[in-house]
This record gives sequence, C-alpha cells and structure tokens, in this order.
Amino acid sequence: MLRRALRLGLRRGLLSRGLGTRRGGSTLDWTGRVSNIKKKIQSALPGGAWNPLYDTSHLPPEQADVVIVGGGVLGLSVAYWLKRLEKRRGAIRVLVVERDHTYSQASTVLSVGGIRQQFSLPENIQLSLFSAEFLRNINEYLAVVDEPPLDLQFNPSGYLFLASEKGAAAMENNVKVQRQEGAKVRLMSPEQLRNKFPWINTQGVALASYGLENEGWFDPWCLLQGLRRKVRSMGVLFCQGEVTRFVSSSTHMETISGEEVSLKRIQEVQVKMDCSQEYQPVECAIVVNAAGAWSGQIAELAGIGKGPPGTLQGTKLPVEPRKRYVYLWHCPQGPGLEAPLVADLSGVYFRREGLGNNYLGSCSPAEEEEPDPGSLEVDHDFFQEKVWPPLAWRVPAFETLKVRSAWAGYYDYNTFDQNGVVGPHPLIINMYFATGFSGHGLQQAPAVGRAVAEMMLEGRFQTINLSPFLFTRFYLGEKALEHCIL
Amino acid sequence: MAASRVSLHLMARNSGTSSIRALSRAVDSEGSQRKGRTLLQFLADYFCDVEAVREYLLRKQVLKVHQKNRSFTYIKERYGPYIAGACFIWKQGGAVRFQGNEWIRSGHGLSPLEFRKFQEVPVEAVDASGCAINYQGLDNLLALKELQSLSLQHCPHVDDWCLSRLHQLADSLQELSLAGCPRVSERGLACLHHLQNLRRLDISDLPAVSSPGLTQILVEEMLPNCEVRGSDWARGLKLGLEEQAQGPK
Repeated sequence: MLRRALRLGLRRGLLSRGLGTRRGGSTLDWTGRVSNIKKKIQSALPGGAWNPLYDTSHLPPEQADVVIVGGGVLGLSVAYWLKRLEKRRGAIRVLVVERDHTYSQASTVLSVGGIRQQFSLPENIQLSLFSAEFLRNINEYLAVVDEPPLDLQFNPSGYLFLASEKGAAAMENNVKVQRQEGAKVRLMSPEQLRNKFPWINTQGVALASYGLENEGWFDPWCLLQGLRRKVRSMGVLFCQGEVTRFVSSSTHMETISGEEVSLKRIQEVQVKMDCSQEYQPVECAIVVNAAGAWSGQIAELAGIGKGPPGTLQGTKLPVEPRKRYVYLWHCPQGPGLEAPLVADLSGVYFRREGLGNNYLGSCSPAEEEEPDPGSLEVDHDFFQEKVWPPLAWRVPAFETLKVRSAWAGYYDYNTFDQNGVVGPHPLIINMYFATGFSGHGLQQAPAVGRAVAEMMLEGRFQTINLSPFLFTRFYLGEKALEHCIL
Repeated sequence: MAASRVSLHLMARNSGTSSIRALSRAVDSEGSQRKGRTLLQFLADYFCDVEAVREYLLRKQVLKVHQKNRSFTYIKERYGPYIAGACFIWKQGGAVRFQGNEWIRSGHGLSPLEFRKFQEVPVEAVDASGCAINYQGLDNLLALKELQSLSLQHCPHVDDWCLSRLHQLADSLQELSLAGCPRVSERGLACLHHLQNLRRLDISDLPAVSSPGLTQILVEEMLPNCEVRGSDWARGLKLGLEEQAQGPK
C-alpha cells in the first residue's frame, strides 16, 4: 500500500515536470505545480511535512495561523503579544514576513527615538503611558535566559512644547487631558521658561508644556533587536521575502438597507523570496498588515479599495510613505546636559545627542512641499531654508553651527487624520491593521501590539480601547484628530 | 516517561545554588559572555522542562525585587506617609531620621507610644544605601515632602528612570548621594536639574557613566549652587600609578 502510493506520487511528479518542460511553462507555473504536487503527496501519505524534491529550509512554512506582513517594531510587537497572550504554549504559529532583515530602509531604525505622552487624544496618551512602562521594564518583558540584558540608552529628559498666544488655549486643554490620563506634565510661563532654560529665546512664546516623567528618547535599534530575539525564542517564525499576492474567497451578503456587499476571507499569502524568483504560498487564518509606509500597497493587493467610490468596499487605506529628514549638527555653545527635546511653535524640533555638544533635529515640511519618497536622498537645502532660521531664532546659540550628517526616513503617513489604523477590516474579515501612525508608531508599538493581539484573540479591546482608530472611520468620516504631530 | 524521569533526575542534581547563581549573573547589568555552554544550557536545548524551570527561576528573581518594593498602602492610610516611608526603609535594611531626632535603623525597638508620636513628625533624612529599592519602591519615598537628605549609594536597581521621578522632591531635597549605583548613567543625571535646592551631590563611582570627568563638569554647570563630588582626579592618577607599579612584576 505504502509502496504503491509512493510510486503513484513519484509518477505524477515526473509527469508534471515533463508537461512543464514540453509546454515551456514559466518558473512561476512550475513552482505552483510543485506546491500542488506536495499537497497531494501529503494528503496521500501520513505524517508531517515531506519534501522529496529539494531542500526547502529557506522557505516559509506552508501553513501558519497568523502571517504578519512587516518585521518592524510594530509587527514584532504584535507577534510578541500574540505569543504572550496565547492560552497554551505554542498554540499559535506566527510567521513574520520581512522584506529586509538588515532594516536599512525601515522607519524604526531611522527615527529619532522619542517617546512622549503629550498628545491631545486620550487614546494616544494611554498608548504612550503603557509603552513607557514597557520600556522601563523591558528586561522583564523581553528577558531571554542566557542573553545579556538590554540597555535601552533611555534619556529621561522629557519633551518641551512651546505655544504661541494662538495655541496657548489648546495647549492648556491638552495638558488637562494629559493629567487626567495620568501623565506628569507641567505648564510653564515664559518667565519660568527663561529661568529654567536661559538659552531659549522666549519671544513669541505664550505658554510651554514640559513632560517631567516617562518622556525622552531612546535607542530604537535596541528595542527592535530585543523584540526580535524574544519573539524568536518564543517560537515565532521568520522569513525574508515580499508578499506579492493574496488568494481570497468571497461571500455575497446583503445589508439591512438592501445593498449587496462582498465579504472576503484571505486563504493564502504568496511570498516571493528575496533575490530569487521562487515563491511559496502560505495558508493562513489571519493576516496582520504591519508593513509601515508600504501598508497601502499591501492593502491594495488584498483588494481593499477596489469598489465603487463612496462605499465601504471602495474605501482605501489612506497610508502612504512620506519622507522625513533628520539632521545632526555640532554647536560648541549649545544647550547643556539639561536640554529636553524642544518642539518649537514653528514645528522645528531638536534634541541633544551625547555629551559633545551634538544636536539632532528637523521639522516636517508643509503639505505642498512634500519631498518625493522614491529614494532616501537628503535635501540639505531644506535645513538651510526651513529648519535653521526658526531654530536659530529660538536658540540664538545655534546661529553658529555645523551640520555634520543627515539621513532620511519614512513616515507611514495617514492622510486622513495622522493616527494609527488598528484592528480588523470590516469586509476582509481576517486582515488586521497595525499601521499608519505617522511618526509616533515607534513609541506606541508595545501598546499597539497588545491591542491588536487582544482584538485577534478575544474579539475586542481589553486594556486600552482604541475604537476611534478602527478602519471604519475612513468610511464614516469620523476623524480622530491629534493636534500634537511632530 | 523515561526521558522525563532522566530530566527530573538531572535537574534534581544540578539545580540549586549553581543555577541560581548563573541566573543571577544573567540579571546583572553587565552582560557576561561566558565561553562555552553550561550543562544547563545544553539540557535546555533538549528538554523543555529544563528550559521552563530556568525561565521560572528568572521570573522568580524579578518577582522577589517587586515584592520588596510593594506599596505600604495600609500603613500609609492608618499611620500616615511618614511612618509608611520609614517602615519601607526599615524593611529594606536602611535608616531614617525624623525631624529633630537621631538616626533610627530599625523600627523593632520602638514602643507603640513612640511609634504614634512619629506620626506627625516629618522624615528629614533617609539612608537607603545598599537597599533593593527600585522605580516602584520610590512611591513610598516620594510621599515624604520634607525630605532633605537622601542616600541611594550602591543600590543595584536604581536606574535612570528612578532619577526622573525625584523631581517630586525638588522643593525640599538638599543632599543626594548616588555613589556606586551600577545602573545610573549620565542620561539619568541630566534629570537632576529639577532639584534646584540641591547643595550636595555625590556621583562618584558610577560604572555606567562613560565619561566621568566630562559628566561631572556638565553636572556642575547644570547645578551652579551645588557642590558636586564626582570621580576624584587625584584618585584616578593614583590608581594609574599603582597599575604601572604592578605592571612590571
């Protein structure tokens, strides 16, 4: 019996190979056929995975419970909390698909590394408060036996926001909300500001808010690698490739008002391996879109937005890559050890970098001046024309400075309201989002990962209610506006 | 069955002092890169029981520190924040000094009458040297609004996050000693600019500070009214000379 099944399987394989050669089929067809052959052989034979044709250790598994697209800090955080909140150890098979394991273009490692609670939305404040607690106890959450503890290089120097007469009322209201949520923020008058930081020119400043605790900046690379090694020790699978296609099944439904909609469920994710034409389909139960600046493309592959305009089917994921510069400069007479991360009313921000009078900062360009996100080339004229004049006005010591280096990174910019997209898609019922945080995703990643994992495992948010961040707000037009976007 | 019996037998023989010591080293702030692999590491690759036991022991170490730093809510509600803070420090093995009184190192010798008398007397000085105080445990100290002197010498769990909380004592604190804390770095010292009434600060012997001399200069610039005691330059020279003397031998 076993021998006969083996013979039949091999014969089918040979036959298919011959047919492929004869018809001159492409590599993609050949790989698809090999996959089908493997499935038939596995259904005929008992036991585990069987790969008689060639070595497949570099490929992702053929089945996974959760496929996370994007191996940045948000994707790794979702993987971590899925494994931590699972009911039984090893119950969920999680696969993380990452395009570039060196993270050379990922937003995580190219960011400034700030964390703050000074937001205007309560949800954002709660996310950052939990993330600060996570970072403080990072050697308890992410401890791996026999590995050295993580040194996060955290600078608890806080954020200092400056507001003009026009923005003072909004700032006062924001600080009230922040204090209600438990953040430690102090309001300062221009006189107090001058006494505390004499190097700030307080002209034009009507009010300042200063974060005293749980605010500052840290090393994003350390958090990324810590998450990566921990989730690997928890049994999460990794593969370096690119998602090229989703295979879905759809069911036609009718709403209460008589509209006909199409519910979809993703059955397979096709992963194209790096530097190769080889690809592998992965059957999965849930897909998490954590691809950062490229989440919009992944959503389009899944069919999100393909429908009549103005309907839920036709609503796109409004996340696109935006380029942001970061400049590093040296100023011998610059602010001292006590300097916080200063966010000026003009939008310019800067912070100290190390002990040698080095500083790091930038600002976001205006909507009509957005640079082309096709490459990560730095525009040095942007510093000379847009960053330096308000910077030197606010801190006169910066009139004499020397730019030493600069780099650019991506925001996963949410063009709708610049806040994250969390939770499931209403029509593609097994695709979840953790993206679109528009510059503050790194600091909120531990909390967002937990929220998405809770939504997957329990069906609703349990610790922090992120209902205003669900996908449906794009269709309903309910903006979750955040006034403190750097 | 046989495998689990063998693993249990091996665990019984090898767990105990050696494994706890190994795990303690893993929790240290200094990353110890050992050559080769210990028997426990070898076993953990083949027996998930050993791996689970090691993770349990690691978690137990962390829980022990948390237990030591639990909040004294009941005592605070009944006797006030001063008695609660004092009990917390005594429990850790430190000493407190109430206003107008001498140092008290333990609360066991106090009679109930003396205990009640201290209910209204502010705590002026705390010596928490060598205690296992951490970020959570500072809650008990930050309620002492008249605290003037705080010694956190050689506290293994005091880190930069703890220093960012000391701004709550900014109105009263005049003396602070952080000598010998292995986790305090120059990033945490930058938060001490909130303590505008500070007169004496000891930041000597901090291994996590990368440039002790430069850091001391920057801290002195940041706190112009404060006498900062940092790494002694002359002591550094002496150490260098001693090393040279021992070198040729």
